[in-house]
Amino acid sequence: MQSCKKTLQKTAGIAGLLGAGSVHADLALNLPEPVSPLAIEIYDLHMLTAKMALYIMIVVTAIIIYSLVKFRKSEGYVADQKFHEGLFGRFGWILVPVIVLGIDATIAGPGMKTLNNVEDYSEPDMTVKVVGSQWKWTYEYLDDDLRIVSNLKKLDPSDELYLRDVDNPLVLPINKRVRFLHTATDVLHAWWVPEIVYKKDSIPGYINETWTIIEKEGTYRGQCAENCGTGHAYMPIVVKALSQEKYDVWLAGQKQASAAAAAEAASDKEWSKAELMTRGEELYNKNCAACHQANGAGIPGVFPGLVGSPIATGPVGGHLDIVVKGKAGSAMAAWGAQLNDLEIAAIVTFERNSWGNDTGDIVQPAAAKAAR
Amino acid sequence: MSSAVTANGHDEAHHHGPPKGIGRWLFSTNHKDIGTMYLFFSLIMLLLGGAMAMLIRAELFMPGLQLLEPDLYNNLVTNHALIMVFGAVMPAGVGLANWMIPMMIGAPDMALPRLNNLSFWLLPMAAIMLVSSMIVPFFPFGGGAVNTGWTLYPPLSVQAGMGMDLVIFTVHILGISSILGSINIITTIVNMRAPDMTWFKLPIFVWAWLFTAFLLILILPVLAGGVTMLLFDRHFGTSFFDAAGGGDPVLFQHLFWFFGHPEVYVLLLPSIGVLGMIIPTFARKPLFGYKPLIFFMGFLAILGMVVWAHHQYTIGMSLNTTTYFMIGTILISIPVGLMLFNFMCTMWRGSMTFETPMLFAISIILMFSFAGVTGVMLAVVPADLQYHDTYFVVAHFHYALIPGSVLGLFAATFYWLPKWTGNMYDEKLGKIFFWWNVISFNITFFPQHFSGLAGMPRRIVDYSGQFVEFNVISSLGAFMFGVSHLLFAYIIIKTIRGGEKAPDKPWEGGQIGTPGLEWTVSSPPPFHTFETPPAVK
Repeated sequence: MQSCKKTLQKTAGIAGLLGAGSVHADLALNLPEPVSPLAIEIYDLHMLTAKMALYIMIVVTAIIIYSLVKFRKSEGYVADQKFHEGLFGRFGWILVPVIVLGIDATIAGPGMKTLNNVEDYSEPDMTVKVVGSQWKWTYEYLDDDLRIVSNLKKLDPSDELYLRDVDNPLVLPINKRVRFLHTATDVLHAWWVPEIVYKKDSIPGYINETWTIIEKEGTYRGQCAENCGTGHAYMPIVVKALSQEKYDVWLAGQKQASAAAAAEAASDKEWSKAELMTRGEELYNKNCAACHQANGAGIPGVFPGLVGSPIATGPVGGHLDIVVKGKAGSAMAAWGAQLNDLEIAAIVTFERNSWGNDTGDIVQPAAAKAAR
Repeated sequence: MSSAVTANGHDEAHHHGPPKGIGRWLFSTNHKDIGTMYLFFSLIMLLLGGAMAMLIRAELFMPGLQLLEPDLYNNLVTNHALIMVFGAVMPAGVGLANWMIPMMIGAPDMALPRLNNLSFWLLPMAAIMLVSSMIVPFFPFGGGAVNTGWTLYPPLSVQAGMGMDLVIFTVHILGISSILGSINIITTIVNMRAPDMTWFKLPIFVWAWLFTAFLLILILPVLAGGVTMLLFDRHFGTSFFDAAGGGDPVLFQHLFWFFGHPEVYVLLLPSIGVLGMIIPTFARKPLFGYKPLIFFMGFLAILGMVVWAHHQYTIGMSLNTTTYFMIGTILISIPVGLMLFNFMCTMWRGSMTFETPMLFAISIILMFSFAGVTGVMLAVVPADLQYHDTYFVVAHFHYALIPGSVLGLFAATFYWLPKWTGNMYDEKLGKIFFWWNVISFNITFFPQHFSGLAGMPRRIVDYSGQFVEFNVISSLGAFMFGVSHLLFAYIIIKTIRGGEKAPDKPWEGGQIGTPGLEWTVSSPPPFHTFETPPAVK
């Protein structure tokens, strides 16, 4: 760790030199400063192998430069035609396995040790299920029955946090052993925040496991690392690490809010069209617009448009059905598990009464419930 | 002596001159003509794949979307890789094998000349299909683009449109072409050697291709099987890779990389063989450690077959499996280290001159060593869990594949161009090309190590402000790198059209370092060589 900190300072120094006068002062030349014990261990391993790499390159370059200077015809050097037949010529090759094996062992030893720690699945203090979907992250706090959906926050390319910020970050307490369970609903994704946790793929039908103990409060950023299609570049990850007290306050607030939302959705209230349209538009932009586009036109040949489509202007039942259950073999997800009845009703109402679709239907949460 | 015989034989031949017109090329069974076609095809594909890379770098020049839609961008990424691997490097290797192996082993032609014709003419057809896979998404019936990257991982590849089917069939056709080519090469090497050409007299290039051909025959059927299963998943309701139907998305990754990792050695070994010819020539002394090099190439080929899963450390394999793949991968440094060691020892106490092929060879030793050491970094699993799918990997494999195979092919072109055409290339232009190419290559790919460590994932069309500097440098370097290849094409065409006459033995050191049969024939060689078996020293 000591060596790790020293190197970091050096790196920061070089970065500062190179980045002088640049808009982005945080130009990094190395992995970001790790804040969890395992990430620190991996960082040290990385520095070890990088140093070995550097030493090998120095030796190789030195030998080649020496040869280029010394053994050239223009300097009148006469080739040693017997070199390959001498003792060194016949047995010199043995040096390679010996030296290389030595280097390999130096690297593999610490590598195995760290790998054992990566695969150490001791009892965690809390578990978060991380679900990748095209193109958002859903975090399920398995111990607290809480779910957070995290979408890209749309910013201008000149913004410092362009493609790096989300609407709802994952909030975690510090100094707690957190277990992440990774899976996906549609295609492969990979959840990666270099400062706190390495990556393992999110694979539909698989559950992969990683763990961390965040040691410092702060906001840590990453993004989806496994190609997941059109929106691959637009799946940032933000983790906010809070002290235990602040985390508890946040958690209580979240629970209250989600209980209120659930109660609202389950109430028998007859919703007006205006209310549903307002909520529907917001939810549509958050959940649907990535594929079907904000203007409902979709992307021809890839994502179907909703303007005048047989589903969005046909019977309400069919429309609800595809939203709740998804469409097998396509990118259309089953939203029933992710949205409550009120939210589904609002989205369907919005889609049936926007962009020139004028069915006039007002879909109530009860209808959405019946479609499940 | 044998050169005199063949030259006379050529003059007196009744039907042995090249046929006239397009039929010469369409129906050719001549290893030299087919070799030439392979090499030109490969050059065209290199420029096409390069043009795609230019578009990719232009889009990545600045944050925000300027030129390309995300799907088109990733389609270009996919096709850039497929075209470079299957269209440029592999055919160029086969082209060199076609030209040089019969001349090196003293055979009159390849063992199976008609098969040779077929394996070449499958290629342009496959190339047309591959290019169509990019065009169909622009039509209403075409569906989504092939936005998966060359690895074609499901389930994303199941979502893609018609372009994916075209890619699958392209892979089938290219696979058939390569397998036929490999059968031909193995048969030629085993059966067609001149009477006194024993195994341990074979030039190292021939040995390298023997291993390459065996690798190709072993791995391509696995890839073909994998993509066929993908095709069935897409259209015939099977669930090989669909977890919801009891399948396994990770299975495809194993099938792909069982092909994909040895494929790296398929791309690398011919160029290693070329280096084994060039370095002794320009160091004016025989290759150091000929036999160990052969055995370690074989070791590399075998070891390369059993370490594929290091491309997928992040899929969540068991601790024991991961450990096995980590140790196996790190051990690869032994045969690769030996190759570089032997080349350095060949230079040691030599009498070197620095013509273009030698300049490339020296730069390859340096840059491929660098790819090797970053490869060892990547082999260490916990560290790879950070590097995986970032630009660090992109930088690593471009350092491995451009010096390790493409620059080796450039070196081979300069080395043998005088023999093929009978004209010397312009040495001054060659040297300008070398420096331009190698410097701009490093400007392009060296910064990508840093953007990768800083956290930039692969295959993203757009990135945040923190990666701007590296990408600007990379893109500027890439434009210079791309344009340099036009000079390469110009040098080749200029040499074919004329220039200083090349002697039969264009390289002074060729007689000391690599005194092979290919130098005993005239430059350019007659249409048919070695109609009677030559004597081997």
